[in-house]
Amino acid sequence: MLLLLLGIIVLHVTVLVLLFVSTIVSQWLVNGERASDLWQNCSSGGDTIQCVASSSNEWLQSVQAMMILSVIFSVLSLFLFFCQLFTLTKGGRFYITGVFQILAGLCVMSGAAIFTVRHTDWHQASENTSYGFAYILAWLAFPLALASGIVYVILRKRE
Amino acid sequence: MSPLSGVPAARPPRAHWPGFGVQRCPGHPKAASRRCPLRVAASMSPRATRRLLLVAGLVAALAVSPVSPIHVYTQREVYGTVGSRVTLSCSFWSSEWISEDISITWHFQAEGSRDSISIFHYAKGQPYIDDVGTFKERMEWAGNPRRRDGSIVIHSLEPSDNGTFTCDVKNPPDIVGKSSQVTLYVLEKVPPRYGVVLGSVIGGVLLLVAVLVALGYGTRYCWRRRQAVLQRRLSAMEKGKLQRSGKDGSKRSRQAPVLYAMLDHGRGTKKAKGGAGDSRKDRK
Repeated sequence: MLLLLLGIIVLHVTVLVLLFVSTIVSQWLVNGERASDLWQNCSSGGDTIQCVASSSNEWLQSVQAMMILSVIFSVLSLFLFFCQLFTLTKGGRFYITGVFQILAGLCVMSGAAIFTVRHTDWHQASENTSYGFAYILAWLAFPLALASGIVYVILRKRE
Repeated sequence: MSPLSGVPAARPPRAHWPGFGVQRCPGHPKAASRRCPLRVAASMSPRATRRLLLVAGLVAALAVSPVSPIHVYTQREVYGTVGSRVTLSCSFWSSEWISEDISITWHFQAEGSRDSISIFHYAKGQPYIDDVGTFKERMEWAGNPRRRDGSIVIHSLEPSDNGTFTCDVKNPPDIVGKSSQVTLYVLEKVPPRYGVVLGSVIGGVLLLVAVLVALGYGTRYCWRRRQAVLQRRLSAMEKGKLQRSGKDGSKRSRQAPVLYAMLDHGRGTKKAKGGAGDSRKDRK
């Protein structure tokens, strides 16, 4: 059924886009005009925006690693889905695709969780510090990735 | 004969030097020997004067151009743990040849202190190491002036070694230049460089996943091959019981439908290669 195939691909691409945006955009913690992120801390004073690289704390590095891994696994899963679409025997299940997508979801979850617990190590918390939209996108990507992976594992290939 | 001197050329050099013409001497219009006092220079044309000034300026610039200064390079910051050894490297570049009079000096200014003490001196091919100060018996000369290297090594770092080290090199006649400073940080534990944790986590997880996937595929492949061998043996035994004779070709051609028939009736092989008989397959 073409519609089902299209829907699954759209879901996967959505997960991929969410992962990319939340890894690259610099809005994990927002404090007034200052934003601190996985890769750099930017502060916009009026017209100019000044960015410095973020600290080299081990926990921050592990969050970066987890986000990068989730992107890698999701891309790999998409690639493997197309491979398996043409090479799988009739009735077979997309195990590998589903496994990689579930792994991507787990990586994003662990990255966001480590960030939540340990962000005070490298960032002085003040009263009006709130989480930015990239952080929210990361948490959104987790259940979507999990659902997408489970759909792949349940799915069976038809003619 | 240069037209710049007071003596005129023997022949009128009008053809060679269009700007410089030898004119007849104003005081001696009909001098036979054509010798004039120093008045030839005054009779030059304006173009000639400009050219002369240009040449003179170039020569002057070349003659008094300054020798390029000596450049000294060190690291900016060096980290070391307590008790370990650290190498303070200092390299320099000089436009002159490295002479015997080259001198290399290291000064140390402790953190929070305003005095800079001299801890090492190298002169006339001989290194002089501090043997009364704080670096007594802890410093070692590890440089080679011929190779433009003036490094020293400090053993058994102590927390009081925190501070700024200055390397100063003088290579006569090339003595003008800035010295270079390196700050030494003595830490209890060296923090790993940025990227070590990142790379190791990514590499470790990818390796683990690759190993698991390879293991899974390898196990499935071995299992399938064993299954195929077992079934071939089983069908061969059955064939042997039914028919005692037969060539290899007929055996094999008759084996195929038997295999499919067995798979049709048999259970437990979900992803068999010939599983076309299972018709209840649809996408959810």
